[in-house]
Parts: sequence; C-alpha cells; structure tokens
Amino acid sequence: MTSVQTEVLLQTLISGLLLGGLYALIGLGMTIIMGVMKIINLAHGELMMVGMYIAYVLYTLFHIDPYLSVFIVAPALFLLGVAIQKYLINPVLKVESILPENQVILTVGIGMVLANVATIIFKSDYRQTPVDYSTKAWYLRDLWKNSPIELSLSLPWSVSFVIAVLITVSLWFFLTRTDTGKSIRATAQDHDAALLMGVNVDRMRVITFGLGSSLVGAAGCLFIPIYYIYPDIGGQFTLIAFVITILGGLGSTVGAIIGGLVLGIFESLTATYIGMGWAPVGRFMIFVAVLIFLPGGVASLLKAKRFR
Amino acid sequence: MKKYLSYMIVALLALLPLIGLSSYTMHILILVIMWSVIGMAWNLLSGYCGQVSFGHAAFFGTGAYTAGILYSKLGLSGWWGLPASIIVVTAFALVIGYICLRLRGPFFALATLSIGVILRIVAENMVDFTGGDLGIMIRERTWVEKIWYYYIILALACGTFIVVKLVIESKLGYYFVAIREDQDAAESLGINTTLYKTIALCLSAVLTGFAGAFYMNYMGYIDPKVVFALHDISIVAIMVVMVGGVATYWGPVVGAIIMVLLAELIRSIPLLGTAHHTFFGILLIIIIIFLPNGIVGDFAKLNRIAGFARRRS
Repeated sequence: MTSVQTEVLLQTLISGLLLGGLYALIGLGMTIIMGVMKIINLAHGELMMVGMYIAYVLYTLFHIDPYLSVFIVAPALFLLGVAIQKYLINPVLKVESILPENQVILTVGIGMVLANVATIIFKSDYRQTPVDYSTKAWYLRDLWKNSPIELSLSLPWSVSFVIAVLITVSLWFFLTRTDTGKSIRATAQDHDAALLMGVNVDRMRVITFGLGSSLVGAAGCLFIPIYYIYPDIGGQFTLIAFVITILGGLGSTVGAIIGGLVLGIFESLTATYIGMGWAPVGRFMIFVAVLIFLPGGVASLLKAKRFR
Repeated sequence: MKKYLSYMIVALLALLPLIGLSSYTMHILILVIMWSVIGMAWNLLSGYCGQVSFGHAAFFGTGAYTAGILYSKLGLSGWWGLPASIIVVTAFALVIGYICLRLRGPFFALATLSIGVILRIVAENMVDFTGGDLGIMIRERTWVEKIWYYYIILALACGTFIVVKLVIESKLGYYFVAIREDQDAAESLGINTTLYKTIALCLSAVLTGFAGAFYMNYMGYIDPKVVFALHDISIVAIMVVMVGGVATYWGPVVGAIIMVLLAELIRSIPLLGTAHHTFFGILLIIIIIFLPNGIVGDFAKLNRIAGFARRRS
C-alpha cells in the first residue's frame, strides 16, 4: 500500500468514526424507547427533523449558534415527545385491535404529519445554515510537524463528535447513577417486576419517550453545521436508527453505540471505495447480514463474552 | 340477498362505463380498483397472517419494472409483464421472505420497509438496466380509450378477491389466522409457520406485482421514486386496509374508495394541496385510536353510535 492509499484509508476510517459518533446518538434515542416501550418509533427521524428546523430558525432569526441551540432544542423535543406519548400513544395502548402493530403504524402517521407540516412551513427547498466555520478544517501536520502522513479533518465534524460523546457519557451517568435512570432501566428489563417494586411505569414511559426525542433532537443540532436540511430528511434517519438498533442488539445501549460506530465506518468505506450513491445500500447490506448471521446483534456477542 | 351482493357489485361495475363517463372519472375508478387490489393483497399477508409489511412498494415496483424492462430491453409488449411478474416477484418474495420472516411483529415491519428502500436505491443506481432516475417510458399506448384498462383491472380485482376468499376459507386461511393470533401456539400444534408465512408472502407479493405491472402499462411511465415510494405506495397500502377494515373481505375496497377520493379531493383544494400527507396522517391517527378495526370491521360500533345519536335527538 502506498502512502497515498494509506492516507485515503485512514482519512476514510476517521471520518467514518466521526459520523458514527453522531449515528450512535440517533440510535441511542431509538434504543431506549424500544427497550422501555417495546415499540419501534417510526417518527424518530422526523423528530430529528423538527430539532434541525428549530435550530435552523434559531440561527436565522436570533443568530444562536447551532451548538448552543442544543440546550434549547433538547428540552423542546423532550416536551414534544412527552406530549406524543401522553396524548397519542398511551390511548392506543389501551385499544383492543386485531393487529398488535397499531402503535407502530401510529408513529408512521405522526411522522407523516410532522414532515408534511414542515413542508408547508418551510417549503421543500434544501437549506443550509451558513455558519462561518462550516468549511474549516484542521490538519495533522499543524499539530505534529513531521508526521509521515497528512490528514485533514473538518472542524464542525470533530466538534459535533466531541459533543455527541459528551452527551452519551452524561446519558450513561443518568441511566446508571440517578434514581429515575435506574427506574427506566428496571422498566426496560421487566415491566411487571418494576411495577411491583413501586416504579411508576407509566411515568417512566413518558419520560423515556421524551428522553429519546431530546437525544435525537440534540443529534439534529449537531448535524446542522455539516448537513443540509429538507422536510423529508427524517425518513432516512429513521432507517439509520433502526439499522443501528438491529446491529447493536434490541434495546442495548452499549450495542447501539458500537452499532453506530460500525455503521458510520462502513458507510464511509462504501462511499470512498464503491461510490457515493451506493453508501445507503452498504447500510442495508450490513442490516441483512446481521439479521442472517448475528440475529442478536453486538449485544449477544457482549453477553456471550461475559458468561464465559 | 347478501349471497348475491358481490355478483351484483361486479355486474354494476362492469356496466358502469357503458353510461359514458368522462375520462377523468374513469381514471379515478381505475385507481380505486387498483388500490383495492393492492389493499386485498396487503390484507392477505398482514390482516390475516399478521405479518405487517411496510414494504409492499418493493413488490409493486418489482412488478412494474418487470413490465417496463421487458418493453425497454426486449421490445416486448408491456402486457407480458403480467405473466412474467409472477416468476420475478415470486423469486423476490422468496429471497425477502428468507431474510425477513425470521423476524416478528414490528421488526418484520421495519425489515420490509428497508427492503423497499434498498430496491429503490438499487433501481436508482443500476442505470444501465433500469434507466436510473430517468425511469422507463412506454411510448406507444395500447389503447387511447380508458375502458379496456378498466376491464383489465376489474378482472384482476375480481381474480384477487376470489383468490383471497378461497385461500381464507380453506385450511390455509385457518393456518394464517392461527399464526396471527399466536405464532408459538400455532407452531406447537404442528403448523409449519415458516412455510405458511412464506406462502402468504408470495401470494400477497404476486398480487401486488400484478397491480404494479398494470400500473406500468396504464400510466406508461415509471421511475424509482414513483413505484418504490415509501409514503405514496407502502404506507397508502396500509392505510387503505386500516381505514377500510383489517381482515375483512370488503375492507380494502371501502378503504380504496375513501383514500383515492380523499387524495383527489384534498389535491383539488388550492393551498391545501401540499398538505395531503397531513390529512392522511391525522386520518390514520383518528382511525387507530377510535376505529382500530376499520370502517367495515367496526361497522357495528359505527352503527350503534349513529343509532344512539338518532335516538338522542
């Protein structure tokens, strides 16, 4: 391998890692919702789209930096998620019907409404938030004068990655150290046992949905400086989130993080070596391969290690 | 009376074009019947067998592309796509079934959804074979008059209805319902669930593929974004059945009438035209919360509410 080829490969791997960090954040939101509620939230990407548009409006009207708007978007999306769970999903849980998948179809309906309302308000134009650092980059040779290879990394990608890691770490602390977090995990593990131990399961459901929404909203803010937005952007991110959860193992948080990173790196490799248009196909090739060869996802590998 | 209801409706539909309807009305009728075919096909897999599919666009698009590629690559008439799609779509359904049917419930739903998206991306990228985003266009239309298209799709719909009815009233149908109600119990009673789920998937896929091949011939133009559309094909297929009535014979027909008319109505209102997905979404939410078994399935409930209101006034 010549040094140029090595550079390209390293560059691809690192940008895949950065993308994977953001993917992990999206996947985490879906995973905790799936763990606690046992339903797939098909409006997940649309919630991210809402977060992105809030950040976009905040920037264009008040010139709030997208990274700062995380602090506004996350609570806003939390409230939206709580409202959806309380007034739409909870009533459906009580309704008797032939198909048990009604809740999933309901989230599709919610997603359709959100995407369409966004189309009406913002038109279906592609928009970009013109932050001035969006094209800035930093170079490895600036930091390490005589490095054998040269790498350049986009600045907003790196910042987004660092913030995503920070959010993930604080989520981990929330889930393992606080009372509410522990109750959420208990509900995810065994709904009835948690109820018997005095956990307010209904409230945990509402909080979880809000938490998942705010996570994906935050991810939306982090995507703003590096990505363009349009109202139908949600669908593709819903699919990404779903692929990550299958890859990571259903309802497993660690699995979702690993799954996000793997997916990011794999997508970046397909984009470099096969072609941009095929990157989404690579995503689904992973998905199909995991279903066939590793149905439990990464989580099952982790578990197998632990018991040995 | 009730026994002959289906024959009367078919006879009525067959005589309908003779009174000289406008081309636009015929178009709407054809769309309604096409959507009831797709709805009945979806209902067979998802309503009766309980495997909710979010990716029927995959089969619809495969059928349409079979007809289109026969025309564009081999120079045959697009109508050969109808018989050819049986083989092609069955092959696709077997592969998709092998991958997806090992999943249950919502996971099956999402897996089929992603299969639909994969096929769209493949069709967009295999430019040499499918024409990519340019799509396929049939330059010479078979008939100018819509009446022949109408009779063809009507015949397809009758065939679909009969197939669904025969299947559901046979032993196969009971296996399907058993799988829907409790897959583990069905398995322990000695039903080969994988085999019967695959049969349901293949039947449903072939029927949807017919509708796709017909669409290619009728519209004369397809591209990946149209026939593999998530919201405009897969989700509408679900909505047709959810609105009409899950696991009922006439539900998909009722649903198709409502959905096609509603879509046309909303599109014709100025300013609200772009909002038709919002209306669909809200309708879906209302139906799921208040009429979870659809209009036909919850007809008794609707009747009771109407009767109650009449007595009160």
